Amino acid sequence: MRAGRTLVAAALGVVAFVVLWEGYKVVGNPDGTVLLGVRILPRADDLSMPHLYDIVARLGRPELTGGRPVWIVVLDAAGFTLGITAVGFGVGALVGLLLAVAMQRFRIVERGLLPYVILSQTVPLVALAPLVAGWSGRLSFGPYPWQDWMTVAVIAAYLAFFPVAVGMLRGLQSPPAAGVELMNSYAAGWWRTLVKLRLPASLPYLFPALRLAGAAAVVGAVVGEISTGTRGGIGRLIIEYSREATSDPAKVYTAMLGAAILGLVVAGLVGLLELPLMRHRRRVEVATL
Amino acid sequence: MRWVRSVGPPILLGILVIVAWELTVKLGRIAPFIVPAPSAIWREFVEQRGNVWQAALASGVNALIGLIGGTVVGVLAAMTASRFRPLSEVSVPFAAVLNALPIIALAPILNNMFESTSSVPRWIVTGIIVFFPIFVNTLRGLREVDPTHRELMQSYAASGWTFARKVRLPGALPFVFTGLRQASSLAVIAAVVAEYFGGLQNGLGSRITSAASFTAYPRAWAFVVGACLLGLAFYLSTLLLERLAMPWKSRLIT
Amino acid sequence: MNAVEVAGLTKVFNAGRADEVTALSDVDLTVGDGEFVSLIGPSGCGKSTLLRLIGDLLSPTRGTVTVAGQPAAKARMKQGYGIAFQQSGLFEWRTVLRNVELPLELRGMSRADRRARAEEMLALVGLSEFAGHYPAQLSGGMQQRVAISRALAVSPPLLLMDEPFGALDEMTRERLQSELLQICAKTRTSTVFVTHSISEAVFLSDRVVVMSPRPGRITATVDVDLPSRDDAVRQSEKYFAAVTEVRQALRGGTQARAATP
Repeated sequence: MRAGRTLVAAALGVVAFVVLWEGYKVVGNPDGTVLLGVRILPRADDLSMPHLYDIVARLGRPELTGGRPVWIVVLDAAGFTLGITAVGFGVGALVGLLLAVAMQRFRIVERGLLPYVILSQTVPLVALAPLVAGWSGRLSFGPYPWQDWMTVAVIAAYLAFFPVAVGMLRGLQSPPAAGVELMNSYAAGWWRTLVKLRLPASLPYLFPALRLAGAAAVVGAVVGEISTGTRGGIGRLIIEYSREATSDPAKVYTAMLGAAILGLVVAGLVGLLELPLMRHRRRVEVATL
Repeated sequence: MRWVRSVGPPILLGILVIVAWELTVKLGRIAPFIVPAPSAIWREFVEQRGNVWQAALASGVNALIGLIGGTVVGVLAAMTASRFRPLSEVSVPFAAVLNALPIIALAPILNNMFESTSSVPRWIVTGIIVFFPIFVNTLRGLREVDPTHRELMQSYAASGWTFARKVRLPGALPFVFTGLRQASSLAVIAAVVAEYFGGLQNGLGSRITSAASFTAYPRAWAFVVGACLLGLAFYLSTLLLERLAMPWKSRLIT
Repeated sequence: MNAVEVAGLTKVFNAGRADEVTALSDVDLTVGDGEFVSLIGPSGCGKSTLLRLIGDLLSPTRGTVTVAGQPAAKARMKQGYGIAFQQSGLFEWRTVLRNVELPLELRGMSRADRRARAEEMLALVGLSEFAGHYPAQLSGGMQQRVAISRALAVSPPLLLMDEPFGALDEMTRERLQSELLQICAKTRTSTVFVTHSISEAVFLSDRVVVMSPRPGRITATVDVDLPSRDDAVRQSEKYFAAVTEVRQALRGGTQARAATP
C-alpha cells in the first residue's frame, strides 16, 4: 500500500512538474523578471530552459558529433558514481554502526564523542573536499596508491556515517528498562543482550537512518567528484555539460536527470534491504540533530 | 558540578586530539598538503581574519536567506497539507522521494537560468534543501494531536480555525524546531558548497577552493575553520531561538 | 428541570460492517438538578460512550439526550457543561493560569475578567501559588486539580468526568474526591462521573448506576444515602453496605449473563 502511494505521489509530482515547467515557459518573460535590479525569476527562453521534450530527445542523440548517445554516457557516469557511493555508504554505515555500539557500551565514550559526532554535521566539513582531494597522488596504502575515487568515497562515507551513528545509538538505547532487566535476570552478558535485545530493537531506527545515509552518500559522492575532478562520474559530467550550456542547453539537464536517477536507485536499494527484515515492524524516524 | 560531567569529556577529548594532531604533524614531519599543523592553521586564521570574516558574512547571508525562505515555504506547505488529508498522505512519500535526489546538483542549471553574478541560485538551492526537514517535521507536528486536546476543544464547540490556532500550532512548535535545527546547519553547508559549481564567488566555498589551488593549505584550512564556526553559530542561534520560543520546555521540573 | 435526560438512547459503531458493535442499547437515565451520579461497570459497558453522548462528542444512533431542557448539541454550543478526562489534557505550552483561562477565552471574556475568574478558580482548588508554573512542573494530582478548575471556570450547571482520578495513586485519589465534593457542593453543579472503582462511586455519589456490556445497558441503580461525606464515613457500616450492594449489582449482571446461554 505504501509503495502504491509513493508511485502515485511520484507520478503526480512528475505531472505537476511538467505543467509548471512548460507553463512557466509560456507565461514567463524570456529575459526573466528583474525586481529592484535583482533577477528573481529565471529566464524563460529556450537557451536557459529548454523544452522538456527537447531534453528527452537529447538523450537519444550522440554526445559529441559521432560519439555515443547521451543516455549511454549519462548512464555510464551514473553507474560509476553508484560504485563509489556504494563504497562510501558501506564504509560510512559500518563506521557509524561501530561508533553507535561503542557509545552505547561506554557512557563516557558517548559523552565525549557524541557532541563531536553531531558537530561534524553542523559544520560544513564537506568544505574539506578540495583538501582531501590534495591527498590523491601523494598518499598510498602500501602497494595501492591513493586514487581520486577513494577521496570521493571518503567524502561520501563522512556524510553517511552520521545518520547511522545517531539513529543506531537511539535504537540500541530504545529497549525499555524492563527488557534490559529481564536479560540481566537471565545473567546474559553485554554481548548477548546486544545481539538478542538491542540489535533487533534497533532495526526500526536503523533503516530510516540508512535511507538518509544513502541520500547523503550520493550528495557526498557527487560533490566529491566535482572537487577532485574525478573523471568518469556524474558530478564531473554535470560540470562539463554545464560549460557547454550556451551552445547545447539540453545536455546539462540530461546529466541532472542522471544524478536524480542515481539518487532514486540508491534509495530503492536501501529500501530493498529493508524488506526481509522489517516486515510487520513500525519505523521510527530519529531527528538527526 | 553536573555540567562538568557533561561538558568535561568532550572538551578533554578535543584538547587531546588537537595536541596529538600538533605533535604528529610536527614530529612526523607531515607535509602540509596532507594535513597542516593546528598551529599553522591558527596563524593563518589570525592573519586572514579579515578575509575570513568577509567571506563568512557573504556565505552567512546566503544561508540565512535560503533558511528563512525555505522555512516559510515549508511551514506554509505543511499547514496546507495538514488541512487536506489526501494531500498529506501523498506529500510525505513525495517529499521522501525528492529528498533522495542530490539537490545540490541543481546548482549549475540554476546558474544558467540566472546570471553568473547572481546570488539567487545559491538562495534557491539552499531554500530547497531547507524545505524538506522543515516540511516533514512540521507536518508531523500538525498531524499529531493529543486526542484529549481534541475532545476538550470539541466540548468547547471550538471552530476549526480556533482549534488550529490554539492547539495545533503551539503543539507543532517543538516539531518545527526539530526541523529547524537540522535545516540551519544544512543551510550553511548548502550555501558554501553551492559555490563549487560556479556562480558568484564571494563566499567561503570559493575561498577554500582558490586557496587549495594555490597549494596554500593552511590558509584553506583557516577558511574551513571559518565555515565550521559559521555552521556552529547558526546551530547555536537556533537553539537560542528554541529556548526563547518555547519557555515551557526549558524549565526544570521542581 | 432535570440536569440531564436520556431517553431510549442507542449507539451503534460501524453499523453494517464486519466490526459493528452496539455500545449502548436503549438506555434511559435522568440526572436531577445538583445530583451526583456515577456510572460504573466493566470495560466495554458503554459508560464512557454514554458520557460522550451526553456531551455531544458523539451522536446517538437512536434516542434523545437533553441537557438542561435543551438538545445536547445546543448545550455544547453554549458551553453548557465542563468536562474532565483521565489525562488532564492541559496545554503544556501554557501556564497553569492560562490553561484555566482557556474556556473563558473561547467565550470571548475580556482579559481582566478572565484573569480574575481563573485566579478565583485556582484558589478554589488550592493552587493559587502555582499560577505561573507550567504543567510539566506539577504532579499528576495537581494537574488534575487544574483540569477540574478549568472545567468549572465557566460555572457550568453540569460537570462530566471520565475517570479523572484513574491515573493517580490511592492517597491522592481520596483527597481529590473529598475536594471535588466540597467544590460541587459550593457551586451546586450536577455531575455525571464515570469510574471503575466501586469505593469511589459510593463515596462520591447520590446514585450509582451500574452498567453491563454486550450490549451496553443499565442493569441496576443503587441509591446511596450517607450521613456525611468525609473520611470518617469511609469506615462506617452504611458505606460498606452500599459498597456491597453495588458489588452485588455488578456481579448480578455477570451472573445473569452467564445464566442465559
